Amino acid sequence: MTGVLPTALEEATKVVQALLLTGKEYVCVMRLHSQVSEDQIKAILGEFHGTIYQRPPVRASVKRRLRTRKIYYLDLLETDGRNVLFKVGCEAGTYVRKLCYDLGEALGCGAHMQELRRTRVGPFVEDEGLVTLHDVSYMFAQWKETSDENLLRKFIYPMEKSLELLPRIYIRDSAVDALCHGAHLAAPGVLSLDTAIKPNDAVAVFTQKGEAVALAKALTSTQEILRTAHGLVAKTLRVLMPRGIYPKMWRSGL
Amino acid sequence: MQKIKAPWEIQRRLVVKAEEETNPRFGHKPYERPFQDYIKFGIINLDKPAGPSSHEVTAWVKRILSLERAGHGGTLET
Repeated sequence: MTGVLPTALEEATKVVQALLLTGKEYVCVMRLHSQVSEDQIKAILGEFHGTIYQRPPVRASVKRRLRTRKIYYLDLLETDGRNVLFKVGCEAGTYVRKLCYDLGEALGCGAHMQELRRTRVGPFVEDEGLVTLHDVSYMFAQWKETSDENLLRKFIYPMEKSLELLPRIYIRDSAVDALCHGAHLAAPGVLSLDTAIKPNDAVAVFTQKGEAVALAKALTSTQEILRTAHGLVAKTLRVLMPRGIYPKMWRSGL
Repeated sequence: MQKIKAPWEIQRRLVVKAEEETNPRFGHKPYERPFQDYIKFGIINLDKPAGPSSHEVTAWVKRILSLERAGHGGTLET
């Protein structure tokens, strides 16, 4: 198994949980146990679009109970004898090895996963800024030698990149430090936000400079947040910004 | 079956509730963070090689960059 593995450094390790919210894409070689026509394969792949049931495989790090996973797309790329190359866009936690097994059962011939490459994790894609361990090690050595920090800046993204696919809420400078201390977001702190936020949606809260402040759960809709002048609009789930970067402009409730 | 949009297929649009200027004395735009902070709040789009586990690869990155902490976004085992 190879491919996209976003690796967070130091403080940024807090954002990796956000990457579980915005899907994965894989390219996979599935090996059929007997020959099946391409039309049949296409028809079966079509049946696995949408919400599927999946029991995690025997060697899994989670409890083996039947659960649902969303398949956004499942496209046949190529067949060569009993090898089937396909691309799948799916929810985090979808086991592609199990998907191959289940596709094989549905086809009636049996199948297993032969090879797997991850081509996307949320906003991180294969054809933009992907680096190998060799690249990392080489760039780091070059930086040590030349002290040219641009060598490292060029391949390291700000952690905010991880949040690109989540709905956003931008807040006032005066609301930032309260959230850093774990407070929830109240309506007066909101400056702008994305359309189509629904209650219980995961959202990313930013400063006006675009710095990530926290991951939060919306308590109400975009329409309601725009309209309301009082009350909480999002519950802070994970603080991403250290305290004290913005001034403390809130009073304790005592 | 109903088509479910992938998170990267959803179009979003910002709407403004109120206007205010941000004070340049506090914080930095993410791409303009001072170098030490830039690394500390950084994430790498790493191409995991075949063979070692996600955890091993992450540990290597940590060692190469002499970091205290590193974590990855989703084990890539199956």
